Amino acid sequence: MSILVFIEISEGEIKKSSLEAVSYAAGIGGEVTAIAFGEASQEALAAAGKAGANKVLHVADEKYKQGNIQAYASALAAAVDTTGAETIVLAKSSLGDPVSARLAIKIGASLASNVTELPDTSNGFTVKRSIYTGKAFANVDLTEGKRIIGIKKNAAIIKEDGADAAVEAFAVNAEDADFKVKVTSQEKATGEILLPEADLVVSGGRGLKGPENWGMIEDLAKTLGAATGCSKPVSDMDWRPHHEHVGQTGIKVAPSLYIAVGISGAIQHLAGVNSSKYIVVINKDPEAPFFKAADYGIVGDAFEVVPKLTEAIKALNN
Amino acid sequence: MKILVCITHVPDTTSKIAFTEGNTKFDQTGVQYIIGPYDDYALARAVELKEQTGGSITVLNVGEAETEPTLRKALAIGADDAIRINAFPKDSYFVANQIAQAAKEGNYDLILMGRESIDFNSGVVHSMVGELLSMPSLSPVMTLDIEGSTAKMTREIEGGKEYLEADLPLVLGCQEPIAEWKIPNMRGIMTARTKPLNVVEPTDDTAKTQLSTYEMPPAKGAVKMIDADNVSELVDLLKNEAKVL
Ligand SMILES: Cc1cc2nc3c(=O)[nH]c(=O)nc-3n(C[C@H](O)[C@H](O)[C@H](O)COP(=O)(O)OP(=O)(O)OC[C@H]3O[C@@H](n4cnc5c(N)ncnc54)[C@H](O)[C@@H]3O)c2cc1C
Repeated sequence: MSILVFIEISEGEIKKSSLEAVSYAAGIGGEVTAIAFGEASQEALAAAGKAGANKVLHVADEKYKQGNIQAYASALAAAVDTTGAETIVLAKSSLGDPVSARLAIKIGASLASNVTELPDTSNGFTVKRSIYTGKAFANVDLTEGKRIIGIKKNAAIIKEDGADAAVEAFAVNAEDADFKVKVTSQEKATGEILLPEADLVVSGGRGLKGPENWGMIEDLAKTLGAATGCSKPVSDMDWRPHHEHVGQTGIKVAPSLYIAVGISGAIQHLAGVNSSKYIVVINKDPEAPFFKAADYGIVGDAFEVVPKLTEAIKALNN
Repeated sequence: MKILVCITHVPDTTSKIAFTEGNTKFDQTGVQYIIGPYDDYALARAVELKEQTGGSITVLNVGEAETEPTLRKALAIGADDAIRINAFPKDSYFVANQIAQAAKEGNYDLILMGRESIDFNSGVVHSMVGELLSMPSLSPVMTLDIEGSTAKMTREIEGGKEYLEADLPLVLGCQEPIAEWKIPNMRGIMTARTKPLNVVEPTDDTAKTQLSTYEMPPAKGAVKMIDADNVSELVDLLKNEAKVL
């Protein structure tokens, strides 16, 4: 089987979620070709081989910037043609979702996003996907000859045992119609661990009383190498930027460890964190609903517990 | 300006999710249905744009008769008329195809919907509609301003946002903070009853996926409580039991 993987580049490197997609594709079994757009070194691209790609196609044309969803979809359709891919894999993301949807129409493929496990091919091609914001799963048969699979974050483990992959330039006949949307600028938090991809997350809620108290959340996150998140009222009040807002209407995270500080655990917040492997809750109210969803809990004042926790982790690291 | 807002009819965010008939049917017992929260943002922004520039808002849902109260609510919030495409929404492709067919006839300047439905969470219908209509599509859109025939938007990306511009017509998947949800007032509720709600039959029944069974996640074990004076015990458990440090 020929599989094509759409990989996203961030600051010259392949994004973690895209490496997960490559390893997922290798797990299906077959010839895995990855395709990347934008500025990245040959070495950085060849690293997709370690995760399981046999070959990497690179579209270096600088027209292919973030936001050019239509152009990406057209280029991918051309790559599907060239490689004869039957299965296309990508990471579920703000770029992956819209690109996969347009591609599905172009090539007449079945599409499943939010997929959490390798397909069952014993009788057709069935994937398991997360639904109801993590509260359930659906097993879905992809009935067309071509299928597109969007992988939920952290649903696949990145392999590192492959060899470097050969990188080939891939030229696309860009059509003007695909560039009707102009990206005027981007604003990106730099040097931070991105919340949607983070393996460890420390989140704060209204219990922290104000933005001036976020220092202790940041200290704990820094000590752990974690990303920071928050509940919706916190971002609504502008204590924290919108892209940190976790939950049903915000970012959905799936880290190994989610530490919730001063967050009550409303069902809409839980909907964004219920795919976490382990949840630690720190709340002064023993009745806080979050304790029901937690693996470990501490009833206590965040202002006392969090600095102590940071110190204890520092002690462990030394 | 002619705006089409596509809305989903979904279980309230606090609903208990369960399945019946050998895990093949969603259990509707005691479930309240609402306008999809992201669609609510799309509708609210449409109402604001209509207030600014005039025009009309049509709301559309692909669903069976039971979704009409949700459409009436959208009319009460400020839509002028509603279309219900009388079919069970089989999959994203099926829904997108129905929307695209209806949109072709309406000749809309702007097609707005939520970034994703909260039942199937695919986040792909808007972009499928865009492709089917050969129109640009963008999602998730956080702000939208219209200047003449140009739309200025910001789109959420991982760890930040992107500023974009494009000419109408466009298909957009919306999310907060694009607008504040609007709550229907008494006048809205009264006039909603008299606004047209047109039921049309689906054009075909093509789907590209087939749902076989539902599954619930494994039950969560009980929480381990740790004394606030003993945080090193927590660190120990995270390192040696959970193995996440
Ligand atoms: C349709 C819809 C969608 C929504 N989407 C989201 C979403 O995506 N994400 C989201 O987060 N919310 C969402 N909400 C809001 C959600 O219902 C809750 O209102 C919100 O999660 C509450 O945030 P919080 O826990 O920070 O604040 P609160 O509910 O005010 O809780 C604060 C908590 O802090 C604790 N506390 C106070 N002081 C201390 C202290 N010193 N030390 C320790 N603990 C302390 C309190 O005991 C309390 O449990 C949504 C709501 C709706 C209706």
